[in-house]
Amino acid sequence: MSETPLLDQIPDGPWPSFVKEIKKTAEMQEKLVAEGKDIKMPGSAKGLLKQLEVSYKDKMTHWKHGGIVSVVGYGGGVIGRYSDLGEEIPEVHHFHTIRINQPSGWFYTSKALRQLCDVWEKWGSGITNFHGSTGDIILLGTRSEYLQPCFEDMMKLDPPFDIGGSGSDLRTPSCCMGPALCEFACYDTLDVCYDLTMEYQNELHRPMWPYKFKIKCSGCPNDCVAAKARSDFAIIGTWKDEIQIDQEAVKEYAKWMDIENEVVKLCPTGAVKWDGKELTIDNKNCVRCMHCINKMPKALKPGKERGATILIGAKAPVVEGAIIGWVAVPFVEMKKPYTEIKEILEALWDWWDEEGKFRERVGEMIWRKGMGEFLRVIGQEADVRMIKHPRTNPFMFFEREELVQSKVVDALVKKGAKWRSFKFGEEEE
Amino acid sequence: MQAEKPEWWKTDFGPPHYEQMMHPVLKKNYGKWAYHEVIRPGVIKRVAESGDTVYVVRFGTPRLISIYTIKELCDIADKYSDGYLRWTSRHNVEFILTDESKIDDLIKEVQETTGFPCGGTWDTPSGKYALSNIIHTQGWIHCHTPAIDASGIVKAIMDELYEYFVDMKLPAMCRISLACCANMCGAVHASDISIVGIHRTPPLVDDDAVKRMCELPTTAASCPTAAIRIKAKEKTVEVDGEKCMYCGNCYTMCPGMPLFDPENDGSAILVAGKVSDARHMPELSKVVVPWVPNEPPNWPTLVQYIKKIFLAWAENAKKHERMVEFIDRIGWERFFELADLEFSWHLIDDFRVPPFMYASYRTSTQFRW
Repeated sequence: MSETPLLDQIPDGPWPSFVKEIKKTAEMQEKLVAEGKDIKMPGSAKGLLKQLEVSYKDKMTHWKHGGIVSVVGYGGGVIGRYSDLGEEIPEVHHFHTIRINQPSGWFYTSKALRQLCDVWEKWGSGITNFHGSTGDIILLGTRSEYLQPCFEDMMKLDPPFDIGGSGSDLRTPSCCMGPALCEFACYDTLDVCYDLTMEYQNELHRPMWPYKFKIKCSGCPNDCVAAKARSDFAIIGTWKDEIQIDQEAVKEYAKWMDIENEVVKLCPTGAVKWDGKELTIDNKNCVRCMHCINKMPKALKPGKERGATILIGAKAPVVEGAIIGWVAVPFVEMKKPYTEIKEILEALWDWWDEEGKFRERVGEMIWRKGMGEFLRVIGQEADVRMIKHPRTNPFMFFEREELVQSKVVDALVKKGAKWRSFKFGEEEE
Repeated sequence: MQAEKPEWWKTDFGPPHYEQMMHPVLKKNYGKWAYHEVIRPGVIKRVAESGDTVYVVRFGTPRLISIYTIKELCDIADKYSDGYLRWTSRHNVEFILTDESKIDDLIKEVQETTGFPCGGTWDTPSGKYALSNIIHTQGWIHCHTPAIDASGIVKAIMDELYEYFVDMKLPAMCRISLACCANMCGAVHASDISIVGIHRTPPLVDDDAVKRMCELPTTAASCPTAAIRIKAKEKTVEVDGEKCMYCGNCYTMCPGMPLFDPENDGSAILVAGKVSDARHMPELSKVVVPWVPNEPPNWPTLVQYIKKIFLAWAENAKKHERMVEFIDRIGWERFFELADLEFSWHLIDDFRVPPFMYASYRTSTQFRW
């Protein structure tokens, strides 16, 4: 009888099977080891399958809690994992993951990928994820003693692959394919992603913050890397001037497209008009949602004055509820070397590192401390674009300097009364 | 004394530069693309201002893949796309062809070698959409906090909805995502349909493990509903079962707080989240099915729920109308009726923590200058 009767039922069906991938790895490694190839963990793929079968039978995980392992010099990037079936399945007793920093936009040459596969064939299980949700290449399953030699082999590759982020650090930034393939891209997402990754290598490799921090770069509001939902700091391409219209190309669409119902009526602000001859856009009223551009990519293009909007704070629900990022900077220019972005990031990190509680994401900290202080920290003015609507209660803080001088204020000062202040890093009077 | 480091030794060198990984036609036309056209399911024609044209051909993958499959993909890339390939943000793999006549052979060869299907694209101009890959997590393959498996459920759902991946017959975009616990790694909090692993029993505190391995204040502070009380004398904690809603965050902090129950762990189903700003602002997903049991290896009950919800939308939505837009039009009462779902008190929000003020923040790039 098969050792994995439950998992054996999975490969039926047309969608490519992960079980088939694990079995294929096990069979290939068995064959290659018999041929004399230097593979350190040849039984681990099969071991993983055995453990998964037990999980399918027991309907629960068989990985032990936590595990702290790393490579020399770094504090993040490796996720330690130990099996609670280590005695029965020694091949997966240690089964650590290494996160490898992917190139911007997940572009590869076959040469670079083959080299990486060769290193992982030698030192690990031969199983991967392409890719982890944050963007990293996931090398799934190796023993503690192989982490360091595996990393050393990756240093020697041409080009070499470095380790990505984990723990309370800057996680691996990722970006959409941007200007490499997409005509909607409003800035060079691949370059910004690479530039920030390189600038902040220390923050990425050596966790020193209250909690994790993610950056994602999308070239336009379609947001193909879901930066608004999945990064503390989402850089979303946008423009300030008018949508570029090619009227001849619009007429071509009009031959077969129901522009009135599928474009005009679906515009969220009614900014688009089509009279059968000419398409006009009231750009003052356009919120740059992309719908009309998505519908008629040959005829409509983003404007020429381009940059990005920064949305802050996105995260999953633990602890205070899920957040989609909200507007922190309505418009920022995206010109190399991205000084403005870096100044904002560094001011934010200084503040969060000083004031953030243990495991408090940036979004939660801004909720706790208020947008007033956050905006002072990053040097931005409050802007109506940051909100859907103004507050519905009158419980506003005022700083002492905003008050009119009065006998009451004087008396309060004399008594040493304290006021809420939205300044950070300045000495108390 | 510290040993001399070898000359190849380095750290902080980062990922390979993307330019080294870029097909020459992409490098030449970088930032100078004129338009794109989806010429058939899975195949996107991209035309540059220079007139250069590439065909991007997309294939679904199980995300968890063998290095031997990657090597096969590399061989195929050498043969068809000059040794270049890329992955998408939904775990699909793409080849970049300059010769249109090779597309059929490429699709055939990828299918025969790896079993990966061509598809996962959509054509906004004509309003025809395919279902793309399911963003998912580690599950029982590699994580210690999951309430459900990831890969197994994804496989079962995609087998069932396969025809929607390889053909563009949906009226609008529909993103399906899965997270194996309430940490919600990935995109489940902002997807059209999401599956989230949940527990239904409070932690069974292992006093000895808590004493040995946990920091009591951080364990107590990890609880969003303040259900954990420190018992300082005994150097352990106790859980107020009336306050605990089984989020599992205390187990993340402390190995002495396991809350797995194979019979009561399972999935919640959420709908109507979205990330893009097109037409409707981004939205968080909402729970519409409180709990479905784990039924490995094929999760039939869960798959039927997903299919029911998916078809209720697909058969009734207008062109371009994503789940949230569809429900905005028909109302939640009609949605529960159409999707044949039962509404129970579990679906009425009682999580008191997120501040009310957040609803007034602009969680969107939609605004006027």
